Amino acid sequence: MIDVPELSLVALVGISGSGKSTFARTHFKPTQVLSSDFFRGLIADDENDQAASAEAFDALHYVAGKRLAAGRLTVVDATNLQSHGRAELIKLARSHDVLPVAIVLDVPESVAWERTQARPDRTFGRQVLTRMHRDLRRSLGQLTREGFRKVHVLRGLEEIEGAEIRYEKLFNDRRDEHGPFDIVGDVHGCRAELETLLGRLGWELVRDDAGRPVDAVHPEGRKAVFVGDLVDRGPDSPGVLRLVMGMVAAGHAICVPGNHEQKLARKLNGRNVQLTHGLPETLEQLAAEPDEFVTEVRAFIEGLVSHYVLDDGKLVVAHAGLKEAYQGRTSGRVRSFALYGESTGETDEYGLPVRYPWAQEYRGSAAVVYGHVPTPRTEWINNTICLDTGCVFGGALTALRWPEREVVDTPAEKEHYAPIRPLFTTTSEPDRGLDIADVTGRKHLDYGYGRATVPAENAAAALEVMGRFAVDPETLIWLPPTMAPCSSSTVDGYLEHPSSAFADLQAAGIDRVVCEEKHMGSRAVVRVSASGEGDAIWTRTGRPFFGPEMDQPLLARVRAAIEPILAELETEWLLLDAELLPWSAKAGSLIREHYAGVGAAGRAALPAALDVLDRVAGRGLDVAALRDRLELRSSEVEGYSAAYRAYVKPTDGLTGVTLAPFAVLAGAGTTFAKKDHGWHLAIADRLVAADPELFTPTRRMIVDLSDPAAEAEAIDWWLTLTGAGGEGMVVKPYAGLAAVDGKGRLVQPGVKCRGREYLRIIYGPEYTRPEHLDRLRQRNLGRKRSMALREHGMGLAALDRLAEGAPSWRVHELVFAILAAESEPVDPRL
Amino acid sequence: MLLTLTTTHRPATDLGYLLVKHPDRVHQFDMPTGTAYVMFPEATEQRCTAALLLDVDPRKLRARADAFELSQYVNDRPYAASSLLAGAISKVFRSAQRGTSKDRPELTEQAIPLEIRVPVLRGTSELVTRLFAPLGWAVTATPIPLEPEIGGDSRYVDLLLTGTVRLADAINHLYVLLPVLDDGKHYWVAPDEIEKLLRSGAGWLAGHPEKVLIARRYLAHRKSLATTALELLDADQPVTEEEAELPVARKAPLAGQRRDAVLAALAEVGATRVLDLGCGPGALLGALLKESRFTEIVGADVSARALEQAERRLRLDRMPQRQRDRIKLIQTALTYHDARLGGYDAAVLMEVIEHVDLPRLPALEAGVFGRARPGAVIVTTPNVEYNVHYEGLTGMRHSDHRFEWTRAEFATWADRVADRYGYTVSIRGVGDEDATTGAPTQLALFTKTETTTEVTA
Repeated sequence: MIDVPELSLVALVGISGSGKSTFARTHFKPTQVLSSDFFRGLIADDENDQAASAEAFDALHYVAGKRLAAGRLTVVDATNLQSHGRAELIKLARSHDVLPVAIVLDVPESVAWERTQARPDRTFGRQVLTRMHRDLRRSLGQLTREGFRKVHVLRGLEEIEGAEIRYEKLFNDRRDEHGPFDIVGDVHGCRAELETLLGRLGWELVRDDAGRPVDAVHPEGRKAVFVGDLVDRGPDSPGVLRLVMGMVAAGHAICVPGNHEQKLARKLNGRNVQLTHGLPETLEQLAAEPDEFVTEVRAFIEGLVSHYVLDDGKLVVAHAGLKEAYQGRTSGRVRSFALYGESTGETDEYGLPVRYPWAQEYRGSAAVVYGHVPTPRTEWINNTICLDTGCVFGGALTALRWPEREVVDTPAEKEHYAPIRPLFTTTSEPDRGLDIADVTGRKHLDYGYGRATVPAENAAAALEVMGRFAVDPETLIWLPPTMAPCSSSTVDGYLEHPSSAFADLQAAGIDRVVCEEKHMGSRAVVRVSASGEGDAIWTRTGRPFFGPEMDQPLLARVRAAIEPILAELETEWLLLDAELLPWSAKAGSLIREHYAGVGAAGRAALPAALDVLDRVAGRGLDVAALRDRLELRSSEVEGYSAAYRAYVKPTDGLTGVTLAPFAVLAGAGTTFAKKDHGWHLAIADRLVAADPELFTPTRRMIVDLSDPAAEAEAIDWWLTLTGAGGEGMVVKPYAGLAAVDGKGRLVQPGVKCRGREYLRIIYGPEYTRPEHLDRLRQRNLGRKRSMALREHGMGLAALDRLAEGAPSWRVHELVFAILAAESEPVDPRL
Repeated sequence: MLLTLTTTHRPATDLGYLLVKHPDRVHQFDMPTGTAYVMFPEATEQRCTAALLLDVDPRKLRARADAFELSQYVNDRPYAASSLLAGAISKVFRSAQRGTSKDRPELTEQAIPLEIRVPVLRGTSELVTRLFAPLGWAVTATPIPLEPEIGGDSRYVDLLLTGTVRLADAINHLYVLLPVLDDGKHYWVAPDEIEKLLRSGAGWLAGHPEKVLIARRYLAHRKSLATTALELLDADQPVTEEEAELPVARKAPLAGQRRDAVLAALAEVGATRVLDLGCGPGALLGALLKESRFTEIVGADVSARALEQAERRLRLDRMPQRQRDRIKLIQTALTYHDARLGGYDAAVLMEVIEHVDLPRLPALEAGVFGRARPGAVIVTTPNVEYNVHYEGLTGMRHSDHRFEWTRAEFATWADRVADRYGYTVSIRGVGDEDATTGAPTQLALFTKTETTTEVTA
């Protein structure tokens, strides 16, 4: 039986003809085995070309490195008879923090020679084999010393043939334990506080005859996890050890070592350590304990594993935290990181090491819970949290409930120990914010509702917008998705018509819809809170709306109206999706320079041309056909002008500016994506009632798609709406933003159905002519639809992540991807 | 779009002979972008008017690429006089434009009284007058208003030209100046456009006071073509930098002075590894490359396009490897943490901060001074007090400037930043110093004093 750690680098060792390849084939998957012969073949077209060996091993090591980085067992099938060759493998294993294992196939030289002779491609002589055999003999004694953590020697054909591989889990692999856990921060001998905290968490203490707690039991079967630093500085380190050791022994707790346990063990083992940082207090307290207890403590500490991966890999506990590349790995530096963290090599003004801010760079999916660095309050940073709230220094003892992610603490009874550096005066790690590497380059995103790829060039374009124009990316928690129009209508004279919109949604498995008036203004996303802190209003592309002089007063008015709703929904802030009106407030120059300019030019040019034609006709020439054409054009230009004119209203500063909210997207720790549109619109109505001058109502009609009469009524409603200059309507699944079809897939959050006259400003004054309409009806909506759905999904996922308390880069990568989708080549008129 | 040409030359109907169009017929021509018609709304002995009407088919225009995507479909091309109309003129009035006539050869040489009306033409009255008046036209350009609901004038005028001019000259004036005013050529401008310009401009363009503007715009702002055209146009007169369109007579040397000041500051702090943050198309990078003391040069910009321009301008693809290894171009945004920016001797922010929204400036400060923490930081920005010297300048010096500071404002900012992030700062002026307003550009040199850890905002 050969024990091999699940994640390791296995070196097969044996002379030519010892059966390494056969052994590898028998026991491992073909993709797990990297054979030097194969790589020689790749490089030199000849598996036996020894001149290609150096290059072949280079390539082999490269591939092995990629596999190990991905956490995959890798077997190297080469003779591995030279120590310098093996040293490369040891180095490779260490650089990926996996265990190197050697399996030696030791067959009699005669057997190997027989096999070699049977192979036509092996042309070397017997003396080569003899030399190899000599190397093997010499190697056998060196393997352990060279660094192989396990060495299995299979002697003779029988042992080789009878061998079986048994995979063993790493000590730190507790993925099959799901808790629930109560993870406790640095205790530092504060036994009383620990007892209080455990009590708060619902644990029942078990005491020995002397009344000392020696175990604790949770009635719901929870498991405690201690992040280390049980000892030193505090008043009763032995008491803490007694309790924790008891809990661990009883299977009620697991514990990782802290640097203080590490140092204590070294001292107890008679090593020379500095008696600083509270160690003397512990030694003094231990002196009062019987020797057996001290022996137990030593054994306990030596048995501790530096970190654990728990709960299907979703949770990692290590005393000083652990970066992603080290999780579930084993090496000296992994242990050292787990115990001490990483230091920059610099020291601060108190002579203490400056810590490298690994948490700021952390991008792993596992939550990392740790202690080690006293912080004033716990805070999730990129899915990591430090539970050391400096209890021994007079702070608090803190625990985290997992998977609830709930923080529970108990204040220190007093300052048990004076800190070297004033506690909490320097924040432990500066906030680095978002990292450029999170958004640049080609990105693949799996956002739950689907998958998307952001091409590098789209990301580059989005970075410019984000960098030059957008509001603070940390503030920008959502961007509105693009919206697809309904399928082209066959109704005479119409490109878009409600009947198509209803049919589209029905085809998607939706039976109840809300038709919402589509306001013609500028899309506005509003984040508003009770305190006003972090409030912002941004455009479709994430830009500040008008500038701080106008945005802030506008937000203040929204705040005033929304306050009761904040209280009612028990949220500190809300995110609103709205349209800001009139269109001219934000798009004034676009209207003047483009839309109205074209209108003015048309209204000047066509009458002048008609005048010429009239005079030509007056001379008896026939220009009637041309005249009719221009006459029609003239009336089309009038229609076009009327269309944009309807969206121009005088504003002066904020006077005349209104907001039409239609969805409440999210609040602190929650999203409202699952609320139906009745709920959303009811809140919008309350805002209108609270400040009718600021808020514009959204007219709507709820339609049951199985009821033809209701549909007909909605069509009439739409005709009236658009006849009066309205842009049109958006037809949405009534169930809400996160509406799904019968198979549980996200459906379009809405399709727009724009009015006949409105579309003149999109498709041109004359688009209603049959020849134009016929062409426009062929427009391809597929790309627009898939983009709309993708952006919608990414937006929802961003809100979900925000609600779950995901690190800001996880939210931002999705918002950024929505912005990047702006660069997709899609017809902007759709 | 429409153009009418009227003469009161006696007999006025000779206009039909000159244009080779019978006044009693409606003439029709297929054009690549629609149909052109020539007809005569009046044709008497005393007064004869020819009208050229181009009926543009928007669908035929669709193939062309346009900066503003919507304008593919909704645009003024069917209504405003433009290069499309000029194209029609040269096709429909070809012999008249050349000054030839089978029937009235003597009349082609003669200046005749003419009235020309272009009802819708892009341009301001002022510019239209500047272009046509020097050619002997009395110009009436009436702005076309937008509409009462919106108010103000559109960018179009209704143009009426009157004068006594040779017909061929008049047609050539229109052929060249209509596209110049419209300033939106509908086709890709190739070098043979120079020939067309010179041919049509023969006899009047060389002496035109606005010839630089005309050549630039006619050649769709392709500078190299315009320069060639102007050189060919008049070998005697040296080509001057175009200043006609700029409200600000920018002193050309200022950019150079600024670059020199930055290089001097870099030398002062002994920097060899430098970051040019917001490098744009590489104005400073070229100067840095020329000095061998700079062993590592990083040009960083938020715009991928600017970096591509820099790569082309600096000819990185054909640079010798040893040189090439000294320079690196990276896209970054200073609002993000970027580990690649750490550890340099100096960072230059030349004319960068004024392009950042004031509320976002602290993020830039934290990125540069707090995280990248180079040994020195050099910041230049306009001194707004100096703007009074730019005649005709309204607002800021560049449309993307989010703010421009006085010397006091800049000093306050610099002191605050230096104080917060552990730097010392000294400020100097760049460019011609004026006693009351100071120099046009201000430069701050920050030097790091604290060498320990990162500092946060």
